[in-house]
Amino acid sequence: MRWGVVTFPGSLDDSDTTYALGRVLGEQVTPLWHKDRSLQGVDCVVLPGGFSYGDYLRPGAIARFAPIMAEVVRFARDGGLVMGICNGFQVLCEAGLLPGALIRNRSLRFVCTQTVVRVEEAETPFTRACRQGDLLRLPIKHGEGCFVAAETVLQQLEEERQVVLRYVDAAGRVTDEANPNGSLNNIAGIVNRTRNVFGLMPHPEYACESAIGGEDGARLFRSIRTTATGGSAVLAASVPSGL
Amino acid sequence: MRAKVYVTPKTGILDPAGKAIERSLHSLGFAEVHGVRLGRYVEMEIDSEPAKAAARLDDMCRQLLANGVIEDYRFEIGEEKGDER
Repeated sequence: MRWGVVTFPGSLDDSDTTYALGRVLGEQVTPLWHKDRSLQGVDCVVLPGGFSYGDYLRPGAIARFAPIMAEVVRFARDGGLVMGICNGFQVLCEAGLLPGALIRNRSLRFVCTQTVVRVEEAETPFTRACRQGDLLRLPIKHGEGCFVAAETVLQQLEEERQVVLRYVDAAGRVTDEANPNGSLNNIAGIVNRTRNVFGLMPHPEYACESAIGGEDGARLFRSIRTTATGGSAVLAASVPSGL
Repeated sequence: MRAKVYVTPKTGILDPAGKAIERSLHSLGFAEVHGVRLGRYVEMEIDSEPAKAAARLDDMCRQLLANGVIEDYRFEIGEEKGDER
């Protein structure tokens, strides 16, 4: 399978995502430039972390209109796998591919720390290498990571089992102390209704090597690999490169 | 003509920045203040027909200037340039 990692002006973690996928996990990575109008036939698109367009106006507000995003939206609506990490999650919400929004951390502080998230749903392309209830140690680094949504939307997310990752304490309990940014219901990551678009604030690409803190992030990437190379995968329509 | 857009957080949305400002005002002695909300103000010149300007501005707000999930917006379309205090 091939992974596409998008670079917007101001993207920060595109190279780290490429490193984790390509060098650590041995995957094939295709860089996708924000001005490209082709996804070059990749099987999964990753929108990386960072500060696209300087977070001007609102994080992700301008990136959602980058030329590449028209293709990403089309790919997602056709069932292609899309993963948005941190700023990527913000872009997906602004683009309407995921419900809700990410606002300023309730502490008003940029938070850079390890978190523990609990896998709420293992039946997704992004978590199938995990079991429900598994605890993953993933770092976060963000100033606007507080997930909010209207009450009815929140209810739907819970009822439709679209909440994939939740911030918990070391013992796996959902507590306010374990919530690093004020996200409603301690939500750290969600999928859309058709479960092919995934947004999360924590950074799995920084958790693929024990030398820098752990390898739990690799389990999410391996889940995607299994999905994309397995029989139940939804693969992107092949688009010849150069278009 | 000049247009002014005011974007504010929806009521019910957490606004920690507004609260921090409120606390600061209180510590400065302005105890009479409550319900502080921090929003965004955008101004621009619009070169479009007055009849169309409002609809166009509305589109701008819905597509870019305000995130309808968390923000409300309103705007004013002025008569001339330099129409401000």
